[in-house]
Amino acid sequence: MAIPILQSLFDGILMGGVYALAALGVSLIFGVMKITNFAHGALITVGMFVTYELYAALHVNPYVSLPIVIAFMFALGFVIQRVTINPIINAPSHNQLLLTQGLSIVLENLLLVMFTANYKSITLKGFDQAINIGGIAINKPKLIAFGIVVAASFFVYILLNRTDTGHAISATSVQREGATLMGIRVERINAIAFGIGVACAGVAGTLLAPMQYISPTVGEGFQLKCFIIAVFGGLGNIWGAVAAGLIIGVVESMASLALGGSWSEMVIYLIFILVLLFKPTGLFGRKTR
Amino acid sequence: MSNITGDFLKRAVGRKNKGMSVPGILLLTAATVFVIISPQILSNYRLNLIITILRIAYLAQCWNLMSGYCGQFSFGHAAFFGIGAYTSSLLYTELGVTPWIGMLAGMAAAGVIGSIIGVLSFVYNLKGDYFALVTLAFAEIFRVIARNTPFLKAAQGVSITYKKDWTQMQFSGKAGFVYFGLILLALITLFLYILQRTRTGQYFIAIRENEDAARALGINTFRYKMTALVLSAMFTAVAGTFYAQYYLHIDPEIVFISEVSVDAIIPCILGGVGTVFGPIIGACIIEPVSEFTNVHFASLPGMNMVTYGLILVIVIIALPNGVVGLADRIREKRARRPLSPNATEGV
Repeated sequence: MAIPILQSLFDGILMGGVYALAALGVSLIFGVMKITNFAHGALITVGMFVTYELYAALHVNPYVSLPIVIAFMFALGFVIQRVTINPIINAPSHNQLLLTQGLSIVLENLLLVMFTANYKSITLKGFDQAINIGGIAINKPKLIAFGIVVAASFFVYILLNRTDTGHAISATSVQREGATLMGIRVERINAIAFGIGVACAGVAGTLLAPMQYISPTVGEGFQLKCFIIAVFGGLGNIWGAVAAGLIIGVVESMASLALGGSWSEMVIYLIFILVLLFKPTGLFGRKTR
Repeated sequence: MSNITGDFLKRAVGRKNKGMSVPGILLLTAATVFVIISPQILSNYRLNLIITILRIAYLAQCWNLMSGYCGQFSFGHAAFFGIGAYTSSLLYTELGVTPWIGMLAGMAAAGVIGSIIGVLSFVYNLKGDYFALVTLAFAEIFRVIARNTPFLKAAQGVSITYKKDWTQMQFSGKAGFVYFGLILLALITLFLYILQRTRTGQYFIAIRENEDAARALGINTFRYKMTALVLSAMFTAVAGTFYAQYYLHIDPEIVFISEVSVDAIIPCILGGVGTVFGPIIGACIIEPVSEFTNVHFASLPGMNMVTYGLILVIVIIALPNGVVGLADRIREKRARRPLSPNATEGV
């Protein structure tokens, strides 16, 4: 009786970690630019496809391909911000939202054109067997993913809190005009922040690639979860996003154990609405927005 | 007090309270006449496009009412669309109620759901992206409910058998739907045209421009935001019924998905948010473009949507205020240009 519950708890925590990393990107982008990135799900998918192509064409192990994915996704994010987001940085929010939605349409369908809708998957030798601890099966890719998520979160934390660029990003997120007056090149900082956010999505994509099938629209399912986690953790708050990711991961896996897979989504959406209504500043947020 | 309010409103509303220009009236008349005679001159394939334009323009006007005029940015109009489609379709297939009545029932249902969403969001003072996310979450919840409830036919959805009986909102040929769509679009456009001349409409715009200032001047912002949301929800439900009766099949992945909400927003942004004719212009641009890419890139799946998405992105960057905004800017430039070097103002 206890085993299935413990099993879901573990699965939830491990999965929640990956959600958290992806959501961290949403949180950072909103924190700095006040833009809800509706292309985030598609960008996770791009990360998955880069990983898959490196694996299929050059037999690169997904975990080895991480630096390439990070570099590629950061550059992609940087360029996307410069070309499309920057011109509308002060536009009404429906314009911004629809623009990122448009980017999502472009990215998803570009993947469809390039790689077709056929499902792809990565099978890693030696990784497909689960580790068994006291009757609880622990999926190896999920465990590795969790370790990388912890490392990546620390990396982003140090990047934002211990480097000049990080301080400039924080300053920009607090007050854009003020940062400009202090000599911070805000446009460049915005592009860097967007690049980091997109790189987070890319790493999440790499980590998800060995766990599940890959297709151009698979990222959609993660997008709303990213928003939920980012808001729940407090938009712009890194450790909040990590904590919220773990909570949402556990809630999801517990709900799916109790209610069945398709109703479990409902629980998450209800939590989302409750959070938005009662605590839109998130878990650790201040009282006012 | 009322003087200050009037002054504030005048500034908030700006130019949008002017009458229609002569070329505008001519264009509108020509377009209307064209749609009226289109069943006689166009093929069924082209009529299908006309019906889509009318349907999307109507849907966009519904969004425009609440998000364009009153500034409450919804990303979940799929919820109201789906509720309308499901209510009339299930009443018809299960109880044999004519969709004409089902449509009204759908409006009522969407109104109730809309007021629940509104009370929750506005009492907790949700704005901007946060409000948009709540509406999106509600639409997703309805999708999950519809997909998992056997009573709502779960994932397989509701299919309506074709009867060819106008009392059941089923017409022979496309002409019936062209006229029905035209009437709906004309009604909501007339509604918006009149609305922006009324006090209520002015309050909507004042709330959009600066809610705190509007409240400070004694406008009951909660009441007017609720009015906009509930009216918009009810009108959107009609579009759902229209869709169900035209395509004769609905399921959760057709009516409750965010693409429906996006369909409602795109024409507004393309044409001009918070303008009476912007959404119609937007629909007249985006739907033919979408149809063109569908036909031209049929051999390469996905290429049509890549083009569509790129056009969307470019338009939002290049025309942040839509076609109407661009036209205004050109007109203002012309008006500011002095007639002769010596001409001075007010002489």
